Amino acid sequence: MEVSDSVIDHLRRVVPLPDLAGTRYQLESEIGRGGLGVVYAARDRDLDRRVALKILEVPVEGEAQVIARLEHPAIVPIYETGTLIDGRSFYAMKLVTGARLDHYVHSEHKLGERLRIIRRVGEALAYAHSKAVIHRDLKPQNVMVGEFGEVYVMDWGVETVAGTPGFRAPESTLDQQSDIYSLGALLQFLVPPAMSAAVAAIAAKASHTDPGQRYGSVTALLGDIDRFEQGLAIEAWSEPIWHRLQRFASRNAVLLWLLAAYTAVKFFLFFWHRF
Amino acid sequence: MNKILVGLIFGLGLGALDGATALFYPETRPLIVGILIGSSFKGMLVGVVSGWFARKVQSTGWGIAVGSVLGLLFAFFVAFMDAKSGKPHYLEIMLPGFVVGAIVGFLTQRMGSPSPVNTLRN
Repeated sequence: MEVSDSVIDHLRRVVPLPDLAGTRYQLESEIGRGGLGVVYAARDRDLDRRVALKILEVPVEGEAQVIARLEHPAIVPIYETGTLIDGRSFYAMKLVTGARLDHYVHSEHKLGERLRIIRRVGEALAYAHSKAVIHRDLKPQNVMVGEFGEVYVMDWGVETVAGTPGFRAPESTLDQQSDIYSLGALLQFLVPPAMSAAVAAIAAKASHTDPGQRYGSVTALLGDIDRFEQGLAIEAWSEPIWHRLQRFASRNAVLLWLLAAYTAVKFFLFFWHRF
Repeated sequence: MNKILVGLIFGLGLGALDGATALFYPETRPLIVGILIGSSFKGMLVGVVSGWFARKVQSTGWGIAVGSVLGLLFAFFVAFMDAKSGKPHYLEIMLPGFVVGAIVGFLTQRMGSPSPVNTLRN
């Protein structure tokens, strides 16, 4: 029996796709693939909405439970967990449409917008740390920026994940300090040193090879970013005097202009009076 | 610190400094005490009203505008009284008064605590 090319193409497309029979989901397309599983876009037939379906290729104990414990605006919520007829586990979560951070960074964005994203990621991390959850694999590929500017941190706290080179802390045991390292590396990735020396100093302190030299907590790192944005001195950098003067001038620009105007008026009147 | 008190202190201080610049003019040196008192009082009034305004409206732009208008207005009264007693000095009194008013208006917006009602609203 001869099989037409279109049938072969169809089989090639369909065979690797998971069989969702017995679930309420209808498969749409593959979104992404990682070491632990594949993420698909699917439609929830009962609620008539699109969801992201992560199907785990290897059994991972409690990944969904870890994420479900985290209820935060910057953490993708889990809707349901289950098992497919072939025995693989899956969980359904909110489908985030937008750009992954490694793609988003290539567009033109101002420093303030880049720092806003880091602040949102940092807030999610600080929240997770307060629940004794660490991310373990924070990298641009695990951060999504939605079409309305919302930021989501994904792929949380799986024990088997050992981090990604360039974003993984050098220490052998991963803990909250390793997440701070990864956040610093993410800051460095998002804000190149040429964009701001002060932000580069914050990123360097956060991603110091010695965990003792890093920020004590994510909140301390975010505090330094806040101080930078308010034009205040930051913990990470003993700035040169010219930079301190520049910061003072930009913080007090209106007052300095008014004092300059007063001086100019006085000079004008003095010379006008004499000549 | 209360914004009205901030206005009073800066108005008094800057008014005194502005009055002290009269020392640069030989013809006004004999009148320096009267100028200092008048200028400080004028600055104080501008500061108190600007501080009161800053408690009601929290806007740097409006603070500067109100401060400068008040400075100009009070400086006009001083210049008017000065003109009645001899040679008029409208420009010499009103122009710096205008800028000092703007500075005081700005400072009352930036410094001091707002009224409790505004704090709650914000």
